[in-house]
Amino acid sequence: MFPYLLAAILLISLSGFYLGRKQASNLRSQTKLHSLPQYHGYFIALWCGIPTILLILLWTALEPILLGSLIRSHLESQSGGLTPTDYVIMTEEVRNLAAGVALGTQDPLILETAEWMRSLQQSSQWSMVVVTILLAMLIMAFTRSKVAPGFKARHGVELLFNGFLFISSTIAILTTIGIVLSLIFETFRFFELVPITEFLFGLKWYPQIAIRADQVAGDGAWGAIPVFSGTLLISFVAMIVAGPIGLMSAIYFSEYASPKMRGWTKPILEILAGIPTVVYGFFAALTLAPLVRDGGIAIGLDVEARSALAAGLVMGVMIIPFISSLSDDVINAVPQTLRDGSYAMGATKSETIRQVIIPAALPGIVGAFLLAISRAIGETMIVAMAAGLNANLTANPLENVTTVTVQIVVALIGDQEFDDPKTLSAFALGLVLFVVTLILNVVALAIVKKYREKYD
Amino acid sequence: MTDRNMAKAARLKQRYAAEARFKLYGKLAIAAALSAVFFLLYTIFTAGYSAFWRTQIQSEVTLDANFLKVTPQSSNEELARANYLGLFRKNVVENNPDIKSRSERRDLIQMFSESAETDLRDLVLSDPSLLGTTQKLWFLASSPVDTIVKGAAPRDIEEERRVVSNLQLRLLDQWTAEGRVGSTFNINFFTRGDSRNPELAGLAGALAGSFWALLVCFVISFPMGIAAAIYLEEFAPKNRITEIIEVNINNLAAVPSIIFGLLGLAVILNFFGVPRSTPLAGGIVLSLMTLPTIIIACRAALKAVPPSIRQGALAMGASPMQVVLHHVLPLALPGTLTGTIIGLAQALGETAPLLMIGMFAFVVDIPTSPLESAAALPVQVYLWAESSERGFVELTAAAIMVILVFLVLMNLLAVIFRKKFERRW
Amino acid sequence: MSQKKNNGSLVTKINSSDVRVFYDQTEALHGVNLEIYENSVTALIGPSGCGKSTFLRCINRMNDVIEGCRITGKITLDNEDIYDKGLDVVQLREKVGMVFQKPNPFPKSIYDNIAYGPQIHGLAQNRQEMDEIVENSLKKAGLFEEVKDRLNSPGTGLSGGQQQRLCIARAIAVNPEVILMDEPCSALDPIATAKIEELIHELRQNYTIVIVTHSMQQAARVSQRTAFFHMGDLVEVGDTDDIFVRPEDKRTQDYITGRFG
Repeated sequence: MFPYLLAAILLISLSGFYLGRKQASNLRSQTKLHSLPQYHGYFIALWCGIPTILLILLWTALEPILLGSLIRSHLESQSGGLTPTDYVIMTEEVRNLAAGVALGTQDPLILETAEWMRSLQQSSQWSMVVVTILLAMLIMAFTRSKVAPGFKARHGVELLFNGFLFISSTIAILTTIGIVLSLIFETFRFFELVPITEFLFGLKWYPQIAIRADQVAGDGAWGAIPVFSGTLLISFVAMIVAGPIGLMSAIYFSEYASPKMRGWTKPILEILAGIPTVVYGFFAALTLAPLVRDGGIAIGLDVEARSALAAGLVMGVMIIPFISSLSDDVINAVPQTLRDGSYAMGATKSETIRQVIIPAALPGIVGAFLLAISRAIGETMIVAMAAGLNANLTANPLENVTTVTVQIVVALIGDQEFDDPKTLSAFALGLVLFVVTLILNVVALAIVKKYREKYD
Repeated sequence: MTDRNMAKAARLKQRYAAEARFKLYGKLAIAAALSAVFFLLYTIFTAGYSAFWRTQIQSEVTLDANFLKVTPQSSNEELARANYLGLFRKNVVENNPDIKSRSERRDLIQMFSESAETDLRDLVLSDPSLLGTTQKLWFLASSPVDTIVKGAAPRDIEEERRVVSNLQLRLLDQWTAEGRVGSTFNINFFTRGDSRNPELAGLAGALAGSFWALLVCFVISFPMGIAAAIYLEEFAPKNRITEIIEVNINNLAAVPSIIFGLLGLAVILNFFGVPRSTPLAGGIVLSLMTLPTIIIACRAALKAVPPSIRQGALAMGASPMQVVLHHVLPLALPGTLTGTIIGLAQALGETAPLLMIGMFAFVVDIPTSPLESAAALPVQVYLWAESSERGFVELTAAAIMVILVFLVLMNLLAVIFRKKFERRW
Repeated sequence: MSQKKNNGSLVTKINSSDVRVFYDQTEALHGVNLEIYENSVTALIGPSGCGKSTFLRCINRMNDVIEGCRITGKITLDNEDIYDKGLDVVQLREKVGMVFQKPNPFPKSIYDNIAYGPQIHGLAQNRQEMDEIVENSLKKAGLFEEVKDRLNSPGTGLSGGQQQRLCIARAIAVNPEVILMDEPCSALDPIATAKIEELIHELRQNYTIVIVTHSMQQAARVSQRTAFFHMGDLVEVGDTDDIFVRPEDKRTQDYITGRFG
């Protein structure tokens, strides 16, 4: 039904375009028009198409909701004394039956309601077809009557187009609002089940899986401190690796390397940035974790299989190009006059770099590091494949720890129950992750921006 | 005076030593980063190249029509329904009469892949006249045998820890000596969907899943991204709203990808009711992540178009919209496309948000539309990497190689685009 | 050639012979022969792009930094070839300081800006010596009174003229023999310019100064000798008074009378 209706509307719009254009070009042979004939055509086509298609979408979105509440009140009026959950299940059964899924229910009430729902759906669909096609025709008749020499069809078309441009540009904001609202909403539901103080200050994270449906939720412990500390530990290891290597290679690239060397090494380094994180995760789990473990055993250290060290090392490798290219930009922005000043004093290159360039570029480098930390905290696949699942409050990188992102994956990859704290905990953790990375990003971008202004 | 000069010389030596040290640190840093790249790629390659062929074993099979209860004149339907698995097992057991016990026979049969059944069925269906004849046929070896042949699993250890039994190892050696063990190109890897058996598992389902998701992503994010960029660059008034939008786009580009997964779960699946596990849902989430990349690339390309072009067109009496659509946008399109390809390449590698919206469906059949459940390429990598069977290791690495090939191709395309079409003003 | 006495008391500090500079394939200087005398101010003048700054940067080998720049010919400082393979450019620059067109204080405190040179060259054994060097340098640059209360505030916070005097103090702090100045006043207002010119006058007692300027009045005010460059050629060199009053070359005359440039 849906594709046919859409095709019909498009057809009407298309004929509106041709009719309008024809009408306008007939006029043009007699007098001067404000807008070219095709704009009259576009005007009619757009006004026929857009409102009706929006109406169809709205109708399709609202129909199940309206029908659902209608069915529910019907069920409630026909049978009394049932719990709300029963009604939810019954409505779902009716919905499935009406959609043609055989359930094997014999309950006459449900069968009869399903039949009723099906007829309701049918009439709703047909009335949608009639209403939208009528609407399209009406608009076409009306807009066609507007075709006149002085009619500013082009302005109308451009106005609509401008509207489309504006709406597209707000998608970013809508996405952000969507993120914030969905995280906050589900997090509130989480805090109805689990006290916020336990989440923020508790030292034990033990997301119990409810085995039976009637099991009391909240059996587990929801203290997120070990999860946060694990995230920080792995990010710390990553920064220990990526910080010096990334910064030193950026310095070498911008101050020492010949254009030729820069030309072939930089693209290779950038390969690291293009490799999907799941590849790093595989690398960590398959190669590096056993290597770190064997290495540790060889020097008499007890290293766990999924150690924070292995995950952090690989994450560090992933972040190297990130730090290196950001720092490279920042170092290149240091004006040449400062270098000249220092060389003219008889300073060597390394003295100039350490005492003049790095201090001058420091704010930008700090910004780059903050962005890198935010990247490390939010990284998911490496830790999901190479870090642990059990929350372990430790600062020892040889032990296994878990991270915020791993716990989100663990909570959501199985069955989801949106009244179970396990599922909801993912959103609380997600909110923390979002807020922390947002702050880091905003601060870093502000620092970098201020730094750029200084030397522009 | 000479004392001072000597002190000075010593000091200078020190300074140059420090200089050399510092330069060495820089070289070491780059060497470390480069060796990480090579080590990573080397690991993937050595772990994965063997997945592109499979061990096969030659075996004699008598296509016994009586056992199958069919005749060459039977209808295709009857032929398809016959018990080929039983026939295969019977043949294998009869070929090795010295193996008597039940458990040993099971070991024997388990040296072959389950695909023997469909292979025989396809053979008979394609030529029913073969019924009653005896054929020498190649059958895919099971994954444990395959890993032993490839040396991916150790063979010289005690039986309990080895992936194949002593009997299987003995038979394998015997058959190898008889020239009945060969290898063949692993066509399954490119033509089949996922499977519980490593030797039958393929990437085609995930390839299709990623294709549909990227298509949806492109269809949404490309026009929207261009529209947003045009608005912000050409029409937006300089006010607070515009400023907020700009800051937002920059921040969105840095939000962790898993957050987009949470958004997809809560809003796109639960609120808008887009079906879970489908490339449609995946593509919508990916498009939200790709949008900032495209907007930023398109704005940069628009900015690079010199104002003289706009002024020239305006002076001809074109409306601002006409100026943009007829003159500025066509000039900015190559740059935008380059950015879009790079954005899609990033989207191809995204895993975490797709996990959140359930794009890890175990699908044997290859999805033919964005509304069927599917897994995406990187998610398939994750799923295989988490499988415990040894045979999946090489598949995982091979799947990564396929992803990397696609990424290289896409980036190459972007570079070519930039070189060929980007104009310098 | 060496130690050539001129005008009785003048000693040759720097001597350049047939100096040519190439940027990739383009020749920017076509064989410059110039003597610069000790404890005097030599002004290099000429229209933009005539090669005067390029020549100046040859004297402390600042052109080494520029990609694709090649120099032939010979420049000696106290009879030592400064482009000799065995010569250390770091030591050369310790002897030949430089002040740039745009003030370029390091993003450090005033104190650290001055202390930077003595520190890298190891000229002070302890904090006290360093304090003395800083104070003396600032005094010599005539900046001490203005900044003595805020030695620890950033050098970038000073006014343009003060920044330039800070850069001069910075150059003096390593106790150089020669100071090169590349249009040191072009970014400054007239009052600051006057102060710098006064300072150059005082510094002449102890240092050999080479100054590039596009202002003929400035050259006339501060220098004893003037060299006129044109299109990469050294056209004429002589006592400042002679050059301005009795130029020998037609191009010099045209330039100083304002016909071009």
